[in-house]
Amino acid sequence: MRHTEDILLRTSRIGKKFGGLSALSDVTLHIQRGEIYGLIGPNGAGKTTLFNVLTGLYQPSAGEFQFNGAPYRAGKPHVLARAGIARTFQNIRLFANLTALENVMIGRHVRTRAGVFGALLRNRATRDEERAITERSRELLSYVGIEKPGQTLAKHLSYGEQRRLEIARALATDPLLLALDEPAAGMNATETASLKTLLQTIRDSGITVLLIEHDVKLIMGLCDRVAVLDYGKKIAEGVPEQVRKDPAVIAAYLGGGDE
Amino acid sequence: MKANHKSKLLLAALVIALLLLPFITDALLGRSWVRIVDFAMLYIMLALGLNIVVGYAGLLDLGYIAFFAVGAYCYALTGSPHLALAFPMMFPAGVHLPFWIVLPMAALVAGGFGVLLGAPTLRLRGDYLAIVTLGFGEIIRIFLNNLDAPVNLTNGPQGISRIDPVSVAGVSLNSTQHIFGIAFPAVHLYFYLFLAFTALVVFVSQRLERSRIGRAWMAIREDEVAASAMGIDTRNLKLLAFAMGAMSGGASGALFAGFQGFVSPESFSLMESVMVLCMVVLGGMGNIAGVILGGILLALLPEVLRHIVVPAQQALFGRTLVDPESLRMLLFGTALIVMMLYRPAGLLPSRVRRRELGADEPAAETSVYDATH
Repeated sequence: MRHTEDILLRTSRIGKKFGGLSALSDVTLHIQRGEIYGLIGPNGAGKTTLFNVLTGLYQPSAGEFQFNGAPYRAGKPHVLARAGIARTFQNIRLFANLTALENVMIGRHVRTRAGVFGALLRNRATRDEERAITERSRELLSYVGIEKPGQTLAKHLSYGEQRRLEIARALATDPLLLALDEPAAGMNATETASLKTLLQTIRDSGITVLLIEHDVKLIMGLCDRVAVLDYGKKIAEGVPEQVRKDPAVIAAYLGGGDE
Repeated sequence: MKANHKSKLLLAALVIALLLLPFITDALLGRSWVRIVDFAMLYIMLALGLNIVVGYAGLLDLGYIAFFAVGAYCYALTGSPHLALAFPMMFPAGVHLPFWIVLPMAALVAGGFGVLLGAPTLRLRGDYLAIVTLGFGEIIRIFLNNLDAPVNLTNGPQGISRIDPVSVAGVSLNSTQHIFGIAFPAVHLYFYLFLAFTALVVFVSQRLERSRIGRAWMAIREDEVAASAMGIDTRNLKLLAFAMGAMSGGASGALFAGFQGFVSPESFSLMESVMVLCMVVLGGMGNIAGVILGGILLALLPEVLRHIVVPAQQALFGRTLVDPESLRMLLFGTALIVMMLYRPAGLLPSRVRRRELGADEPAAETSVYDATH
């Protein structure tokens, strides 16, 4: 565990209402640099809603958050991506008809600069940049463990590979915080185990990871700290061992079955 | 290496064929056909411009002809005596700007209109966007139709005539020129001018397609939410797509005005927008070669019918039973239905479209990709 006192993300009293329904209320938490932070909770607890607020897809109804020292209230997705939050989606959202390599290359967009004139003139700077994009994207594909050729269409990859491709695409944006929305959903035991290794490697490379997961075993074995949401409220936060014993958590989530 | 050499030879052959095309057409089919080919080139330019909007960025635009109209009226107003009517004090002889100033201006003004259309429609997708763009196209046409009062800006439905011909380096393209003892009639000269601009649009499209910008457009087309989450500023890139498409339309419109010497609102009806969109869809959305093929086919079809159907009916029945115009729509409708059933991705589908419809062969594709990269 490499806890530093440095805080990467701090939310303060974030609330989100959909009409009369309060999906999130008063969620205050912080994520430290270099940790794997787990977000768990029963279905409908507001985990993905919080994710969407943090990545700019939703505007919070109340509260705000600080990321890497800058305050955000109503962020736009591309602004937050530029600031360094990259995400994957619960229901995989790849560019299905583009190749695996192109998917990752699109992730490099935010860190590269060639515009219309660069594209038209295709000058040295643009060519060098294109080469760097391709190279880095190839590296990322093998980094996440996609062995198939980069020219394979995203939609022709296996389910586990698609999940990994989403991670590679997110990593291509050079994030400070990698936010993963149920990356292990639908994976078998082997795939989950190698995902766990991948996430540890990513953490060790210095990228902070925010993880929503249903697989409690994975969360408990992987996360440095965990927050539990229930009905849009944070009911517990701390190291996994401590959260596991929290009576409120047991009542809300772990007590319900043998998950 | 060998394939590269071969493709260079093919390209050279294509260029020579294109340079000879007006003379061959003239010799085989007559002067009027050269004019038809000239118009086909304008349509190809339009279709390529629309392809940027629809094929790359996936924004369905049903009012594209409006940008053609804007370009055409730009040229008409700044290259004819017409403005003398509206502002006799300011421009007693009208405005007669040289072509090389008017053309970029027309492209830029049309590009501006592209942004103007794009800005309010950023949140719309698919059908909703199509409806708004359709409305925009009609608004432009109706404005042109009615802006003859209180100030006579567009001369209303009568249109603007006596537009200056295009002149390149002091040489008017409206009269036969002799170069190296070869006579180049006006229609031939315009053909070369249009060919040069079409080549330019092809070049621009191709470069954009394989660039950071092109990839971002494709990402938006595939999944806008994911694209924005990956840091793509969807607003700016959609506006850029509208602007780039509109600029090509505007340039094409200016060339049209110079070539025709006359513009009126009826050249810019909804039907024209639909035709240009059909060229893109029929040929193969997102694929430059496909779009060119679609443009050629649809621009030539009505003329071919006019020249074949009437004489054939005369010969068979002694009179004309079916008007070529109605036959054209009939054939066109049938062709579209057949296309959608058997080749939904277009005659020459793009790499991506082909995959979308599941008719791809991964092995072959990989080799093509490797060869071109």
